[in-house]
Amino acid sequence: MAKRFLMKGNEALAEAAIHAGCKYFFGYPITPQNEIPEYMSKKLPEIGGVYLQAESEVAAINMIFGAAGTGKRVMTSSSSPGVSLMSEGISYIAGAELPCVLMNVMRGGPGLGGILPSQSDYFQATRGGGHGDYRLLVLAPSTVQEAVDLTMLAFDLAEKYRSPVMILADGFMGQMMEAVEFKETHAEGLPDPAEWAVGYMKQRGSRALVKSLYLDPEELEAHNWKLQAKYAEMTKNEKRHENYLVDDAEILIAAYGTVARIARTAINELRAEGAKVGLFRPISLFPFPYEPLEALPKSVKQILTVEMSCGQMIEDIRLGVGKDLPVSMYGRVGGMTPSVEEIKDQVRKALGR
Amino acid sequence: MKETKIFEKPKSMVDVTTHYCPGCTHGVAHRLVAEVIDELGIQETTVAVAPVGCAVFLYNYIDVDAYEAAHGRAPAVASACKRLCPDMTVFSYQGDGDLASIGMAEIVHAANRGEHITVVFINNAIYGMTGGQMAPTTLVGQKATTCPLGRDPKLAGYPIRMCEMLSTLQAPAYIARVSVAKPKYTLKAKEALKKAFQTQIDGKGFSFVEILSTCPTNWGLRPVDATNWLEEHMMPEFPLGEFKTPE
Amino acid sequence: MAKGRVGVNEERCKSCGLCVAACPMKVLRISDKINSKGYRPVEQFKEGCIACKMCAITCPDVVLEVFLLEDDKACNS
Repeated sequence: MAKRFLMKGNEALAEAAIHAGCKYFFGYPITPQNEIPEYMSKKLPEIGGVYLQAESEVAAINMIFGAAGTGKRVMTSSSSPGVSLMSEGISYIAGAELPCVLMNVMRGGPGLGGILPSQSDYFQATRGGGHGDYRLLVLAPSTVQEAVDLTMLAFDLAEKYRSPVMILADGFMGQMMEAVEFKETHAEGLPDPAEWAVGYMKQRGSRALVKSLYLDPEELEAHNWKLQAKYAEMTKNEKRHENYLVDDAEILIAAYGTVARIARTAINELRAEGAKVGLFRPISLFPFPYEPLEALPKSVKQILTVEMSCGQMIEDIRLGVGKDLPVSMYGRVGGMTPSVEEIKDQVRKALGR
Repeated sequence: MKETKIFEKPKSMVDVTTHYCPGCTHGVAHRLVAEVIDELGIQETTVAVAPVGCAVFLYNYIDVDAYEAAHGRAPAVASACKRLCPDMTVFSYQGDGDLASIGMAEIVHAANRGEHITVVFINNAIYGMTGGQMAPTTLVGQKATTCPLGRDPKLAGYPIRMCEMLSTLQAPAYIARVSVAKPKYTLKAKEALKKAFQTQIDGKGFSFVEILSTCPTNWGLRPVDATNWLEEHMMPEFPLGEFKTPE
Repeated sequence: MAKGRVGVNEERCKSCGLCVAACPMKVLRISDKINSKGYRPVEQFKEGCIACKMCAITCPDVVLEVFLLEDDKACNS
């Protein structure tokens, strides 16, 4: 039996990155993810890595830009307001085609908001945050174990596509303690950094240029379509989702992250009452798995989206089902959490029970 | 008659006409950096971090690994690159808006952490690329497009002396201010740049060279007059010298 | 005094005049020619260059090369 460790979510995220070969972390303290930089500050010097606390998230993301340009595995973590500060840098990283992993342990917003969990950064993560035509590959774990697995996958995907990848977690996941296992993974066929990164001028015979500036409009347009082709590849290959008890469901709950866990408990209890309810859980938020929504069983008559936001993922649900199904929304924000009982009440109301 | 060439373009400088205005001393600063890179034999192990500003295209003129950084963030980019590749010689090259305005936090903290990078700071007391707005180093009374009546200290404070300010920090190893207004100053500027790069190579720490430079176009002066203006007005405000040297 | 000669890459010159001002022997001037960018390049218009390199040191555009001229006979006095 593989060794399991009882760890705080934030620490497990950090340890997962180290297991994936990441030895370089640049970040800034912000609640509720401080355990990540703290863990990194202790572990990375022990393994010959580099931990640097930046003077701000703005500096941190630009350090990531610098570090990622060397071709090594690098990451940063932050929470909602800090991710806003990083937005410009993320756009630069995407434009310069650099691999890196970003973690957002979401908290309540807007502005300084609150320090308790939320899911209010869905738009920011999947629709931009930063300027320009770029997309972030976004993975949303639901348990601490899944956070570990997706973090290790994220580094491979970042290198495969030479693009930033975000782990969209929430304060629950960051703070709770669960037993986790670190499975060894080995990705094949990843591009060789010596072909494009700085520090290989002698080997390559030419210098590397890490930039996102293309003043000539024809060049910039070509560059943009090149990036779009990358995102099309991601869309083809990297959609991930989970269906739970969907086959005979009359009502579907759509939820991701920790909310999906709460919903799963509600679903189990509702099923015991005889209600035919299932769960659609996207795991990749970009590329969003629309196909399962386009191919729902005929039994499904409506979808209830449950989010810790004022309604963000619901737009993707509506995009997926089109006019065919009514989609309603139950949201709690500000750090308030939808309870199992509340979700059950909402489902019963929707079913007219 | 025997002819010996005693001055030519440095090897690490690209043979191309630059976009800089006639008389703009960015060209001189670039050439001095390229000469130092050649003389130290580090072309293949140097990384340049270009700013936002007129010198954004520095990477088109010096043939080394290079990043084009976000406005003001070059010291952060350079810090990370150097920490991950300590055997490379990493330098940033920044103007007064990039370094002393939007990038003030990054330069102060990189200096304070004693990052083993070399920062080349081009101070021409104005924003060049964007058309002549006031800079943190614009002189009192100096006119710019966003202080058309001249810089008023009651509204906009006083020009910032970066060398003096950074010298209050304990970590920096080499801090110097030089000028490229006239050849006699340019010769000393090259010595300072060489010392700065050598400081990094010797593992002694953070080095910073502020180069007082001209911006004929936005100062509204002919190139030669601009060099005189620099000598008469900027040099008293920003005294030349070495502020910190490695022990 | 050394003897020298200045070589001009006319296509690179932007006619800024810094070298003309820097030359202690006043052997440089802006010529009447026009290069493909529309600038009038500098020229060495008379003898007297002492190979001090001040012109090349001050030039922002690496326009100038400087040559030291020596008699072929050994003349190190």
